[in-house]
Amino acid sequence: MTTSQPATLVYQRPTSFSEATTHYCPGCTHGIAHRLVAEVLDEMGLREKAIGVAPVGCAVFAYNYFNLDFVEAAHGRAPAMATGIKRVLPENTVFTYQGDGDLASIGMAEIMHAAARGENITVIFANNAIYGMTGGQMAPTTLPGMKTTSSPYGRDVELAGYPIRVSEMLATMEGAGYVVRASLHDPAHIRKAKKAIRRAFETQERGLGFAMVELLSSCPTNWKVTPNEALEFIAKQMVPAFPLGDFKVHPEIAKLRV
Amino acid sequence: MPASGWIEVDELYCKGCELCVTACPKEVIALDMDRLTPKGYHPAHLAAEGCTGCGICAVVCPDAALTVYRHVTQRKQPSSLVH
Repeated sequence: MTTSQPATLVYQRPTSFSEATTHYCPGCTHGIAHRLVAEVLDEMGLREKAIGVAPVGCAVFAYNYFNLDFVEAAHGRAPAMATGIKRVLPENTVFTYQGDGDLASIGMAEIMHAAARGENITVIFANNAIYGMTGGQMAPTTLPGMKTTSSPYGRDVELAGYPIRVSEMLATMEGAGYVVRASLHDPAHIRKAKKAIRRAFETQERGLGFAMVELLSSCPTNWKVTPNEALEFIAKQMVPAFPLGDFKVHPEIAKLRV
Repeated sequence: MPASGWIEVDELYCKGCELCVTACPKEVIALDMDRLTPKGYHPAHLAAEGCTGCGICAVVCPDAALTVYRHVTQRKQPSSLVH
C-alpha cells in the first residue's frame, strides 16, 4: 500500500510495551488499558523510572507485557506493596494495575487505607463487573440482575447485596488527590481515559497524593457476547450504574492542560 | 486533496476481535478470511481504498497491532506567486 509519496507516522506500538503477545481474550479492553498506560509513560518519559505492581486476576501477567520494572503482589495487596516501594524509592514512579476482584473484594482494605494515608501512588483500576480469570463469577461490582457463573439467575440484591462504587467512596478520602472514573467503550471515551491516566501520573509526579483511575472494561468471554456487543453493554448497562466523572481532582491538576 | 494513508497490521498481535472493523469511520477495514495468524485468528486488513490515516483503529486496538501512516499532502503554491 506504500507509495513514493512522503508519509508521516500517525501511530505505532508504544516502546513501554514489550514485544510479548498478551494472553487476553480477543477484544478484551485490558489490552486497551495497558496500551494507554504504556503510551502515557512514553509521553511523560517515565519508562526508565516507572515501577509497576501487578495484581492477581486476568492482569496477573502484566509484568510480561510492559517494558519496565514490575513486581507481582499477593492477591489484593498491590497498594500495600506500592506503598513500600514508593516510600523506599520516592524518586520512582510507582503504579498498580488492578481488577475489580483484586481491588474491590480481597484488596478493599489495602486500597482504602492507601488512599486514606494519601500514599503518593497511581492506581489503574479495571472494572469489568466480573471475576474474569477464574471463570466469570460474581464480583463486588456485578450489576443487579447480571448473570454470572455464581449467580446464574442474575445477581439477587436480597441475597448478594448491591455493587460497590469504588471511585465515589475513595473520593471522600482526604488523602486522595485524583479520583476519576472513565470508560473504554468507544474511541472518544478511550481518548478521555488516556487523559485521565495522564493526570493520574501527573498527580504522582507533583506529589499531590493518592491517584486512581477507574476504567469501565469489558469481558466478552465471561459476559458471553462478542467484543463489540461487550462495548455496547458497557455503554448501555455499566455507565448508568457506574456514572463517569471526575470525583476528586486536586486544583493544581484541574488547571493542567494535557 | 483528501487525506490519505494506510495501516499495517502485525499478525503476531492481531486477534481478529473486530473492534477496529466497527470503529473505522471509513469502513475500509475487514477481517482477512483467507489468512490465519500464528494464534489462529483471521487478521484485520485494509479491504478497500479510502483510508485517511486517522488512527481511530489504533485507538481501539487492544493489542497494539496496528501501525498507522498518513501521506504528507503537498500544499500548492498560490498561482500568483509562480511566474
